[in-house]
Amino acid sequence: MTYHFTVSPDFNPSYLSGWFIFNTWLQRQTGEAFHLELYNDFESQRQAIAEDKVDLIYANSYDASVLVRDKGFMPVACPAGKSDEAVIVLPQDSPIQSVEALPPGLRISSTNDPDVNMMCMIMLEPADLNRDNTTSKTCDTYILVAKDLIQGHADAGFFLQETFDKLSKVVKSQLRPLVRSQIQVIHHVLLLGPSLLQMHQELQRALIAMNDSPAGQSLLESLNFSAWESVEPEDTEFMIDLMDTLET
Amino acid sequence: MEDMNVADVVGDYREVRINYYDGSSRTVLVTDIETPIPDGRLIVSRTDPAGIITHVNDSFVDMSGFEHQELIGAPHYILRHPDMPAAAFEDLWQTLVVEGKKWHGYVKNLRKDGGYYWVYATVIANIRNNEVVGFTSVRRKPSRKKVVEAEVLYRTLV
Ligand SMILES: Cc1cc2nc3c(=O)[nH]c(=O)nc-3n(C[C@H](O)[C@H](O)[C@H](O)COP(=O)(O)O)c2cc1C
Repeated sequence: MTYHFTVSPDFNPSYLSGWFIFNTWLQRQTGEAFHLELYNDFESQRQAIAEDKVDLIYANSYDASVLVRDKGFMPVACPAGKSDEAVIVLPQDSPIQSVEALPPGLRISSTNDPDVNMMCMIMLEPADLNRDNTTSKTCDTYILVAKDLIQGHADAGFFLQETFDKLSKVVKSQLRPLVRSQIQVIHHVLLLGPSLLQMHQELQRALIAMNDSPAGQSLLESLNFSAWESVEPEDTEFMIDLMDTLET
Repeated sequence: MEDMNVADVVGDYREVRINYYDGSSRTVLVTDIETPIPDGRLIVSRTDPAGIITHVNDSFVDMSGFEHQELIGAPHYILRHPDMPAAAFEDLWQTLVVEGKKWHGYVKNLRKDGGYYWVYATVIANIRNNEVVGFTSVRRKPSRKKVVEAEVLYRTLV
């Protein structure tokens, strides 16, 4: 039997090969066959989750709720010291200097990354901005969001901080971060489906030990992680409760 | 809980006696100094089912002016500001416990130094195995317009 592993579509494409190496490691470690299935967008991944076509997933906080509470998934581990934070970015020459100065009618460019969009909309609340008095355009990638800002097609862009900070110097020199989130408790998490719960302990132990061998360290590097950290069910329940308070 | 300590207070203050729902009361010292929430921060706390604080994040500690260890184990009304109408908190507990729903509202909170900060708060019940094991609250920065509206409304209710 082949199990299905998938990664949240918001992962950074620079680490695509890392996830394939991870999938190979997974098979060697567990002795089970895993197929890495990557979905182009959240829509098609959610469809697959709804149809129980996912056995193991590196999920974002937004999807964790359905997976844990409705589908019986169990958290295994998350990347150590890595939380998901968002940043609202302006064109370098924008006259705006504070969130409160952002005007109604603001033209927003973003991707369809649900937790980044949620965090950024929350950061606009002090300016009394919301979906009704702003316009937004959805791009396929963050690079296209940057382009919209640089070419004057948008007044503000929503980014995952990690992605924004990794943009090239040339691109970044034409942009200016206005406000960064400091939430600290929202992060991606590796979740194991009900069909695989029997391997929970073994997998968790192997992930945490990854950091101990040179081969493991190079795998971590290819994912841009420093180590895996174990996640207990209550940690994830807490994160889900927190996400719940943020949804309006 | 003990009365507030004059030595902790910064600036001119007035004294107010507050009676809490659990039958206790204390004297609080309040000033007109506002500390705005920095942009991008979320202030998080959790309580047990009785409203006793079990967890706070760093932003909570910074904004309240208390030390972490002073907050853990304290009733959440440690932040109760006398300008907040009792009706707001009755609505909070009614919504959470009786109706079993999420509560939202604008809250003026009291700092250890007598100052205050306005938040937009959401509180939900933490349900595990069909049982309420506590509550989580997340607070964020409200717009000035919403704060002014809340000030006007609350003045009619206290
Ligand atoms: C999770 C949670 C968070 C709360 N946060 C606050 C708060 O920030 N400020 C506040 O005055 N009361 C807060 N309360 C309500 C207090 O428990 C309390 O009801 C309120 O301060 C009024 O005091 P009283 O009920 O004793 O009259 C919170 C309650 C819960 C369950």
